Amino acid sequence: MADTMTHHTDHGTDHHDHGGDEKLWDGGKQPFKASYGKLMMWYFLLSDAFTFAGFLIAYGTLRMSMPTWPIPDFVFSAFPWFTGTLHHKPLLFVTLMTFVLLFSSFTMVRAVQEGHRENKQGVVFWMVLTIIGGIGFLSCQAWEWTTLIKAEHVSVTKNPFSAHTEHGRYLAGDGHEIKAGDTFQPGDSYLIHKHDGEWGNLPYEVLDADGKNMMDDSGNKLVKNQAFGPKAFGALFFFITGFHGFHVLSGVIFLIIICINSATGLYVKRRNGYEMVEKIGLYWHFVDLVWVFVFLVFYLI
Amino acid sequence: MGHLTYEESKSKAYKVITILGLITIGEVLFALLGKGYLVEGIHFPELLIAGMMILMSIVKAYLIVYEFMHMKYEVPGMVKSVLLPLGLLVWAIIAFIMEGNYWKNSRSGIQDKNQAEIETVVKPRVQSTQTKQLDHKQTGH
Repeated sequence: MADTMTHHTDHGTDHHDHGGDEKLWDGGKQPFKASYGKLMMWYFLLSDAFTFAGFLIAYGTLRMSMPTWPIPDFVFSAFPWFTGTLHHKPLLFVTLMTFVLLFSSFTMVRAVQEGHRENKQGVVFWMVLTIIGGIGFLSCQAWEWTTLIKAEHVSVTKNPFSAHTEHGRYLAGDGHEIKAGDTFQPGDSYLIHKHDGEWGNLPYEVLDADGKNMMDDSGNKLVKNQAFGPKAFGALFFFITGFHGFHVLSGVIFLIIICINSATGLYVKRRNGYEMVEKIGLYWHFVDLVWVFVFLVFYLI
Repeated sequence: MGHLTYEESKSKAYKVITILGLITIGEVLFALLGKGYLVEGIHFPELLIAGMMILMSIVKAYLIVYEFMHMKYEVPGMVKSVLLPLGLLVWAIIAFIMEGNYWKNSRSGIQDKNQAEIETVVKPRVQSTQTKQLDHKQTGH
Protein backbone atom coordinates (compact mmCIF):
# COMPACT_ATOMS: atom_id res chain seq x y z
CA MET A 1 0.00 0.00 0.00
CA ALA A 2 1.08 3.50 -0.83
CA ASP A 3 3.11 5.74 1.44
CA THR A 4 1.07 7.05 4.28
CA MET A 5 3.52 9.32 6.02
CA THR A 6 1.89 12.59 5.08
CA HIS A 7 -1.67 11.69 5.79
CA HIS A 8 -1.78 11.12 9.48
CA THR A 9 -1.49 14.67 10.58
CA ASP A 10 -4.85 15.80 9.25
CA HIS A 11 -6.86 12.90 10.67
CA GLY A 12 -6.40 12.41 14.34
CA THR A 13 -8.18 9.10 14.61
CA ASP A 14 -7.70 7.52 11.25
CA HIS A 15 -4.31 5.97 11.45
CA HIS A 16 -3.06 3.52 8.98
CA ASP A 17 -2.14 0.16 10.33
CA HIS A 18 1.07 -0.35 8.43
CA GLY A 19 2.86 2.36 10.33
CA GLY A 20 6.61 2.43 10.46
CA ASP A 21 8.42 4.73 12.85
CA GLU A 22 5.87 7.50 12.96
CA LYS A 23 4.14 8.23 16.18
CA LEU A 24 0.73 6.65 15.73
CA TRP A 25 -0.67 6.25 19.19
CA ASP A 26 0.68 8.26 22.09
CA GLY A 27 2.90 5.37 23.06
CA GLY A 28 4.43 5.57 19.60
CA LYS A 29 3.59 1.97 18.80
CA GLN A 30 0.38 0.28 17.73
CA PRO A 31 -0.81 -2.43 20.07
CA PHE A 32 -1.57 -5.64 18.16
CA LYS A 33 -0.49 -3.95 14.91
CA ALA A 34 -4.03 -2.70 14.42
CA SER A 35 -5.29 0.85 14.19
CA TYR A 36 -7.12 2.41 17.11
CA GLY A 37 -10.43 2.45 15.25
CA LYS A 38 -10.30 -1.18 14.20
CA LEU A 39 -9.24 -2.39 17.61
CA MET A 40 -12.01 -0.47 19.34
CA MET A 41 -14.53 -1.78 16.82
CA TRP A 42 -13.45 -5.30 17.79
CA TYR A 43 -13.91 -4.59 21.50
CA PHE A 44 -17.28 -2.98 20.89
CA LEU A 45 -18.32 -6.08 18.98
CA LEU A 46 -17.05 -8.25 21.84
CA SER A 47 -19.27 -6.40 24.31
CA ASP A 48 -22.17 -6.57 21.88
CA ALA A 49 -21.63 -10.31 21.57
CA PHE A 50 -22.14 -10.59 25.32
CA THR A 51 -25.35 -8.59 25.10
CA PHE A 52 -26.77 -10.86 22.42
CA ALA A 53 -25.51 -13.94 24.26
CA GLY A 54 -27.38 -12.73 27.34
CA PHE A 55 -30.61 -12.42 25.36
CA LEU A 56 -30.28 -15.78 23.67
CA ILE A 57 -29.38 -17.52 26.92
CA ALA A 58 -32.47 -15.95 28.53
CA TYR A 59 -34.52 -17.39 25.67
CA GLY A 60 -32.98 -20.83 26.15
CA THR A 61 -33.51 -20.76 29.91
CA LEU A 62 -37.17 -19.74 29.70
CA ARG A 63 -37.81 -22.25 26.95
CA MET A 64 -36.28 -25.02 29.07
CA SER A 65 -38.35 -23.97 32.08
CA MET A 66 -41.69 -24.49 30.31
CA PRO A 67 -43.41 -27.85 29.87
CA THR A 68 -44.36 -26.81 26.33
CA TRP A 69 -43.19 -24.24 23.80
CA PRO A 70 -44.36 -23.06 20.36
CA ILE A 71 -42.78 -25.11 17.58
CA PRO A 72 -40.86 -22.81 15.23
CA ASP A 73 -41.64 -24.88 12.12
CA PHE A 74 -45.31 -24.17 12.76
CA VAL A 75 -45.00 -20.57 13.93
CA PHE A 76 -42.67 -19.30 11.21
CA SER A 77 -44.18 -20.95 8.19
CA ALA A 78 -45.78 -18.04 6.38
CA PHE A 79 -44.53 -17.09 2.92
CA PRO A 80 -45.49 -13.93 1.03
CA TRP A 81 -45.42 -15.26 -2.53
CA PHE A 82 -46.83 -18.38 -4.19
CA THR A 83 -49.13 -18.75 -1.21
CA GLY A 84 -50.88 -21.71 -2.83
CA THR A 85 -47.81 -23.92 -2.90
CA LEU A 86 -45.32 -22.40 -0.48
CA HIS A 87 -47.48 -21.15 2.39
CA HIS A 88 -47.04 -23.10 5.64
CA LYS A 89 -43.84 -24.77 4.57
CA PRO A 90 -41.44 -24.69 7.51
CA LEU A 91 -38.27 -22.57 7.44
CA LEU A 92 -38.64 -21.38 3.87
CA PHE A 93 -38.96 -17.65 4.41
CA VAL A 94 -36.36 -17.42 7.14
CA THR A 95 -33.88 -19.34 4.98
CA LEU A 96 -34.42 -16.71 2.31
CA MET A 97 -33.72 -13.99 4.89
CA THR A 98 -30.54 -15.78 5.93
CA PHE A 99 -29.34 -15.89 2.35
CA VAL A 100 -30.05 -12.20 1.82
CA LEU A 101 -27.92 -11.33 4.84
CA LEU A 102 -25.16 -13.81 3.95
CA PHE A 103 -24.96 -12.40 0.46
CA SER A 104 -24.73 -8.83 1.73
CA SER A 105 -21.88 -9.97 3.97
CA PHE A 106 -20.11 -11.27 0.87
CA THR A 107 -20.57 -8.01 -1.05
CA MET A 108 -19.15 -6.21 1.99
CA VAL A 109 -16.02 -8.37 1.79
CA ARG A 110 -15.66 -7.40 -1.85
CA ALA A 111 -16.03 -3.69 -0.99
CA VAL A 112 -13.24 -3.97 1.58
CA GLN A 113 -11.01 -5.77 -0.93
CA GLU A 114 -11.57 -3.07 -3.54
CA GLY A 115 -10.74 -0.54 -0.85
CA HIS A 116 -7.38 -2.16 -0.20
CA ARG A 117 -6.38 -1.47 -3.76
CA GLU A 118 -7.82 2.06 -3.68
CA ASN A 119 -10.45 1.35 -6.31
CA LYS A 120 -13.15 3.91 -5.58
CA GLN A 121 -15.66 2.67 -8.12
CA GLY A 122 -15.35 -0.90 -6.88
CA VAL A 123 -15.89 0.18 -3.28
CA VAL A 124 -19.02 2.15 -4.11
CA PHE A 125 -20.45 -0.58 -6.36
CA TRP A 126 -20.12 -3.34 -3.77
CA MET A 127 -21.28 -1.11 -0.93
CA VAL A 128 -24.44 -0.22 -2.81
CA LEU A 129 -25.15 -3.94 -3.22
CA THR A 130 -24.54 -4.39 0.52
CA ILE A 131 -27.00 -1.62 1.33
CA ILE A 132 -29.60 -3.21 -0.94
CA GLY A 133 -29.07 -6.51 0.88
CA GLY A 134 -29.50 -4.82 4.26
CA ILE A 135 -32.70 -3.09 3.20
CA GLY A 136 -33.95 -6.36 1.70
CA PHE A 137 -33.38 -8.15 5.00
CA LEU A 138 -35.17 -5.41 6.94
CA SER A 139 -38.12 -5.61 4.55
CA CYS A 140 -38.35 -9.37 5.07
CA GLN A 141 -38.31 -8.86 8.80
CA ALA A 142 -41.00 -6.18 8.58
CA TRP A 143 -43.20 -8.61 6.65
CA GLU A 144 -42.55 -11.40 9.15
CA TRP A 145 -43.45 -9.16 12.08
CA THR A 146 -46.56 -7.87 10.35
CA THR A 147 -47.78 -11.41 9.74
CA LEU A 148 -47.19 -12.39 13.36
CA ILE A 149 -48.88 -9.29 14.75
CA LYS A 150 -51.73 -8.71 12.30
CA ALA A 151 -52.65 -12.20 11.15
CA GLU A 152 -51.66 -14.34 14.10
CA HIS A 153 -52.04 -11.78 16.93
CA VAL A 154 -48.83 -12.49 18.78
CA SER A 155 -47.88 -9.63 21.09
CA VAL A 156 -45.33 -9.08 23.83
CA THR A 157 -47.91 -10.08 26.42
CA LYS A 158 -50.03 -12.66 24.60
CA ASN A 159 -48.94 -15.75 22.72
CA PRO A 160 -51.60 -17.80 20.94
CA PHE A 161 -49.06 -20.36 19.65
CA SER A 162 -48.09 -23.48 21.53
CA ALA A 163 -47.81 -27.25 21.39
CA HIS A 164 -50.09 -29.78 23.09
CA THR A 165 -48.96 -31.69 26.15
CA GLU A 166 -51.68 -34.38 26.07
CA HIS A 167 -53.78 -36.43 23.68
CA GLY A 168 -57.17 -35.02 22.77
CA ARG A 169 -59.97 -34.43 20.30
CA TYR A 170 -61.25 -31.02 19.25
CA LEU A 171 -64.90 -30.27 19.98
CA ALA A 172 -65.04 -27.25 17.69
CA GLY A 173 -63.25 -26.26 14.52
CA ASP A 174 -61.18 -23.16 13.99
CA GLY A 175 -58.82 -21.68 11.45
CA HIS A 176 -55.40 -23.11 10.63
CA GLU A 177 -56.99 -26.36 9.45
CA ILE A 178 -58.53 -27.42 12.75
CA LYS A 179 -61.83 -29.30 12.40
CA ALA A 180 -64.19 -30.59 15.07
CA GLY A 181 -63.38 -34.22 15.71
CA ASP A 182 -59.68 -33.93 14.82
CA THR A 183 -57.42 -35.67 17.28
CA PHE A 184 -53.99 -34.51 18.35
CA GLN A 185 -50.97 -35.84 20.19
CA PRO A 186 -48.51 -34.30 22.65
CA GLY A 187 -46.11 -32.17 20.63
CA ASP A 188 -48.64 -31.19 17.95
CA SER A 189 -48.93 -27.45 17.37
CA TYR A 190 -51.95 -25.25 17.71
CA LEU A 191 -52.84 -21.59 17.23
CA ILE A 192 -55.70 -19.84 18.99
CA HIS A 193 -57.45 -17.47 16.60
CA LYS A 194 -59.15 -14.15 17.02
CA HIS A 195 -62.60 -13.71 15.49
CA ASP A 196 -63.92 -10.15 15.12
CA GLY A 197 -61.52 -8.96 17.79
CA GLU A 198 -62.49 -11.71 20.25
CA TRP A 199 -60.29 -14.64 21.12
CA GLY A 200 -61.81 -17.89 19.92
CA ASN A 201 -62.22 -20.91 22.16
CA LEU A 202 -60.60 -24.24 21.44
CA PRO A 203 -62.45 -26.77 23.60
CA TYR A 204 -61.26 -30.37 23.47
CA GLU A 205 -61.87 -33.73 25.09
CA VAL A 206 -58.85 -35.20 26.79
CA LEU A 207 -57.96 -38.67 25.53
CA ASP A 208 -55.57 -41.27 26.85
CA ALA A 209 -52.79 -42.72 24.75
CA ASP A 210 -55.13 -45.36 23.30
CA GLY A 211 -57.61 -42.74 22.10
CA LYS A 212 -60.23 -43.40 24.80
CA ASN A 213 -61.92 -40.50 26.59
CA MET A 214 -60.55 -39.59 29.99
CA MET A 215 -63.26 -39.23 32.63
CA ASP A 216 -63.44 -36.76 35.47
CA ASP A 217 -64.50 -37.74 39.00
CA SER A 218 -68.22 -37.51 38.35
CA GLY A 219 -67.96 -39.85 35.38
CA ASN A 220 -68.32 -37.22 32.65
CA LYS A 221 -65.96 -36.83 29.73
CA LEU A 222 -63.04 -34.63 30.72
CA VAL A 223 -63.22 -31.44 28.66
CA LYS A 224 -60.73 -28.59 28.67
CA ASN A 225 -60.34 -25.29 26.93
CA GLN A 226 -57.03 -24.84 25.17
CA ALA A 227 -54.80 -22.43 27.10
CA PHE A 228 -52.58 -19.78 25.55
CA GLY A 229 -48.92 -20.60 24.98
CA PRO A 230 -46.04 -19.42 27.18
CA LYS A 231 -46.28 -15.67 27.53
CA ALA A 232 -42.53 -15.13 27.29
CA PHE A 233 -42.39 -16.32 23.69
CA GLY A 234 -43.74 -13.14 22.08
CA ALA A 235 -41.69 -10.79 24.23
CA LEU A 236 -38.49 -12.73 23.60
CA PHE A 237 -39.09 -13.01 19.87
CA PHE A 238 -39.91 -9.36 19.30
CA PHE A 239 -37.21 -8.11 21.61
CA ILE A 240 -34.36 -10.26 20.31
CA THR A 241 -35.13 -10.10 16.60
CA GLY A 242 -36.01 -6.43 17.09
CA PHE A 243 -32.66 -5.73 18.70
CA HIS A 244 -30.94 -7.53 15.85
CA GLY A 245 -33.06 -5.65 13.33
CA PHE A 246 -32.08 -2.41 15.03
CA HIS A 247 -28.44 -3.37 14.51
CA VAL A 248 -29.16 -4.01 10.83
CA LEU A 249 -30.94 -0.67 10.55
CA SER A 250 -28.10 1.31 12.13
CA GLY A 251 -25.68 -0.69 9.98
CA VAL A 252 -27.57 0.33 6.85
CA ILE A 253 -27.50 3.99 7.93
CA PHE A 254 -23.73 3.91 8.52
CA LEU A 255 -23.21 2.00 5.26
CA ILE A 256 -25.07 4.75 3.40
CA ILE A 257 -23.00 7.49 5.06
CA ILE A 258 -19.72 5.70 4.36
CA CYS A 259 -20.80 4.87 0.82
CA ILE A 260 -21.49 8.56 0.15
CA ASN A 261 -18.15 9.49 1.69
CA SER A 262 -16.43 6.95 -0.55
CA ALA A 263 -18.22 8.27 -3.62
CA THR A 264 -17.26 11.87 -2.88
CA GLY A 265 -13.63 10.88 -2.64
CA LEU A 266 -13.08 11.61 1.06
CA TYR A 267 -11.24 8.34 1.58
CA VAL A 268 -9.18 8.85 -1.57
CA LYS A 269 -7.64 11.87 0.19
CA ARG A 270 -6.89 9.83 3.28
CA ARG A 271 -5.30 7.08 1.20
CA ASN A 272 -5.45 4.61 4.06
CA GLY A 273 -6.97 1.73 2.12
CA TYR A 274 -10.53 2.84 2.89
CA GLU A 275 -10.13 1.91 6.53
CA MET A 276 -13.58 3.30 7.33
CA VAL A 277 -15.06 0.76 4.92
CA GLU A 278 -13.12 -1.93 6.73
CA LYS A 279 -14.51 -0.84 10.10
CA ILE A 280 -18.15 -0.77 8.99
CA GLY A 281 -17.37 -4.11 7.33
CA LEU A 282 -16.42 -5.60 10.70
CA TYR A 283 -19.70 -4.36 12.14
CA TRP A 284 -21.70 -5.68 9.20
CA HIS A 285 -20.17 -9.15 9.42
CA PHE A 286 -20.92 -9.16 13.12
CA VAL A 287 -24.59 -8.47 12.41
CA ASP A 288 -24.52 -11.47 10.07
CA LEU A 289 -22.76 -13.52 12.73
CA VAL A 290 -25.44 -12.71 15.29
CA TRP A 291 -28.08 -13.75 12.78
CA VAL A 292 -26.39 -17.16 12.47
CA PHE A 293 -27.13 -17.69 16.14
CA VAL A 294 -30.59 -16.10 16.14
CA PHE A 295 -31.40 -18.41 13.22
CA LEU A 296 -30.05 -21.37 15.20
CA VAL A 297 -31.81 -20.63 18.46
CA PHE A 298 -35.18 -19.37 17.21
CA TYR A 299 -35.77 -21.31 14.02
CA LEU A 300 -33.60 -24.43 13.77
CA ILE A 301 -33.72 -25.96 17.23
CA MET B 1 -5.17 -7.02 5.66
CA GLY B 2 -2.93 -9.72 4.92
CA HIS B 3 -0.51 -11.72 3.05
CA LEU B 4 -2.80 -12.55 0.17
CA THR B 5 -2.78 -10.74 -3.14
CA TYR B 6 -5.95 -9.11 -4.42
CA GLU B 7 -6.71 -12.00 -6.76
CA GLU B 8 -6.11 -14.58 -4.05
CA SER B 9 -8.35 -12.88 -1.52
CA LYS B 10 -11.05 -12.38 -4.14
CA SER B 11 -11.19 -16.07 -5.03
CA LYS B 12 -11.07 -16.87 -1.32
CA ALA B 13 -14.15 -14.68 -0.72
CA TYR B 14 -16.06 -16.53 -3.44
CA LYS B 15 -15.01 -19.84 -1.95
CA VAL B 16 -16.03 -18.90 1.59
CA ILE B 17 -19.46 -17.56 0.60
CA THR B 18 -20.11 -20.77 -1.35
CA ILE B 19 -19.22 -22.87 1.68
CA LEU B 20 -21.39 -20.69 3.95
CA GLY B 21 -24.33 -21.04 1.57
CA LEU B 22 -23.90 -24.80 1.34
CA ILE B 23 -23.73 -25.16 5.14
CA THR B 24 -26.93 -23.11 5.49
CA ILE B 25 -28.74 -25.32 2.98
CA GLY B 26 -27.33 -28.34 4.80
CA GLU B 27 -28.62 -27.03 8.13
CA VAL B 28 -32.13 -26.46 6.83
CA LEU B 29 -32.30 -29.82 5.04
CA PHE B 30 -30.98 -31.66 8.08
CA ALA B 31 -33.48 -29.92 10.36
CA LEU B 32 -36.39 -30.73 8.01
CA LEU B 33 -35.24 -34.32 7.51
CA GLY B 34 -34.66 -34.88 11.23
CA LYS B 35 -38.09 -33.53 12.16
CA GLY B 36 -39.80 -35.74 9.61
CA TYR B 37 -40.87 -33.21 6.97
CA LEU B 38 -38.97 -34.62 4.01
CA VAL B 39 -39.25 -38.39 4.25
CA GLU B 40 -42.31 -39.93 5.84
CA GLY B 41 -41.51 -41.84 9.01
CA ILE B 42 -37.95 -40.65 9.54
CA HIS B 43 -37.22 -38.88 12.83
CA PHE B 44 -33.84 -38.17 14.36
CA PRO B 45 -33.39 -37.81 18.13
CA GLU B 46 -33.74 -34.18 19.23
CA LEU B 47 -30.28 -34.16 20.74
CA LEU B 48 -28.72 -35.21 17.44
CA ILE B 49 -30.55 -32.46 15.54
CA ALA B 50 -29.62 -29.81 18.10
CA GLY B 51 -26.01 -31.00 18.21
CA MET B 52 -25.63 -30.95 14.43
CA MET B 53 -27.24 -27.48 14.21
CA ILE B 54 -24.92 -26.08 16.86
CA LEU B 55 -21.89 -27.67 15.19
CA MET B 56 -22.75 -26.25 11.77
CA SER B 57 -23.47 -22.82 13.23
CA ILE B 58 -20.08 -22.80 14.92
CA VAL B 59 -18.39 -23.65 11.60
CA LYS B 60 -20.28 -20.75 10.00
CA ALA B 61 -19.26 -18.43 12.84
CA TYR B 62 -15.63 -19.52 12.39
CA LEU B 63 -15.72 -18.78 8.66
CA ILE B 64 -17.34 -15.37 9.16
CA VAL B 65 -14.95 -14.29 11.92
CA TYR B 66 -11.74 -15.78 10.53
CA GLU B 67 -12.20 -15.11 6.82
CA PHE B 68 -14.74 -12.30 6.39
CA MET B 69 -13.61 -10.36 9.45
CA HIS B 70 -9.94 -11.20 8.78
CA MET B 71 -9.30 -12.57 12.25
CA LYS B 72 -7.01 -15.15 10.66
CA TYR B 73 -4.58 -12.43 9.64
CA GLU B 74 -4.41 -10.52 12.94
CA VAL B 75 -1.63 -10.93 15.49
CA PRO B 76 -2.19 -13.74 18.04
CA GLY B 77 -2.45 -11.37 21.01
CA MET B 78 -5.38 -9.56 19.48
CA VAL B 79 -7.14 -12.78 18.52
CA LYS B 80 -6.84 -13.97 22.10
CA SER B 81 -7.99 -10.68 23.61
CA VAL B 82 -11.21 -10.90 21.59
CA LEU B 83 -11.93 -14.62 21.61
CA LEU B 84 -10.84 -15.78 25.07
CA PRO B 85 -13.44 -13.70 26.99
CA LEU B 86 -16.12 -15.47 24.95
CA GLY B 87 -15.08 -18.68 26.68
CA LEU B 88 -16.97 -17.42 29.74
CA LEU B 89 -20.16 -17.97 27.81
CA VAL B 90 -19.64 -21.73 27.78
CA TRP B 91 -20.36 -21.98 31.48
CA ALA B 92 -23.10 -19.35 31.31
CA ILE B 93 -24.96 -21.43 28.72
CA ILE B 94 -24.58 -24.72 30.62
CA ALA B 95 -25.52 -23.16 33.98
CA PHE B 96 -28.60 -21.34 32.72
CA ILE B 97 -29.92 -24.27 30.71
CA MET B 98 -29.58 -26.43 33.83
CA GLU B 99 -31.35 -23.75 35.85
CA GLY B 100 -34.22 -23.63 33.36
CA ASN B 101 -34.58 -27.38 33.58
CA TYR B 102 -34.66 -27.13 37.37
CA TRP B 103 -37.49 -24.56 37.20
CA LYS B 104 -39.48 -26.89 34.99
CA ASN B 105 -39.08 -29.77 37.43
CA SER B 106 -39.98 -27.58 40.40
CA ARG B 107 -43.06 -26.29 38.59
CA SER B 108 -44.34 -29.71 37.71
CA GLY B 109 -43.61 -30.82 41.26
CA ILE B 110 -45.74 -27.98 42.62
CA GLN B 111 -48.50 -28.75 40.13
CA ASP B 112 -48.58 -32.40 41.17
CA LYS B 113 -48.84 -31.41 44.82
CA ASN B 114 -51.65 -28.93 44.16
CA GLN B 115 -53.50 -31.57 42.18
CA ALA B 116 -53.15 -34.06 45.01
CA GLU B 117 -54.49 -31.57 47.54
CA ILE B 118 -57.50 -30.64 45.40
CA GLU B 119 -58.35 -34.29 45.01
CA THR B 120 -58.37 -34.95 48.73
CA VAL B 121 -59.98 -31.74 49.96
CA VAL B 122 -62.55 -30.58 47.42
CA LYS B 123 -63.26 -33.70 45.45
CA PRO B 124 -66.95 -33.10 44.62
CA ARG B 125 -66.36 -29.61 43.18
CA VAL B 126 -63.48 -30.37 40.89
CA GLN B 127 -65.53 -29.87 37.74
CA SER B 128 -65.84 -26.23 36.80
CA THR B 129 -69.09 -24.72 35.59
CA GLN B 130 -67.58 -23.96 32.21
CA THR B 131 -66.66 -27.52 31.42
CA LYS B 132 -70.11 -28.64 32.56
CA GLN B 133 -71.72 -26.36 30.05
CA LEU B 134 -69.48 -27.58 27.28
CA ASP B 135 -70.27 -31.16 28.20
CA HIS B 136 -73.92 -30.37 28.10
CA LYS B 137 -73.63 -28.90 24.63
CA GLN B 138 -71.77 -31.94 23.44
CA THR B 139 -74.35 -34.43 24.67
CA GLY B 140 -77.21 -32.26 23.42
CA HIS B 141 -76.06 -32.57 19.81
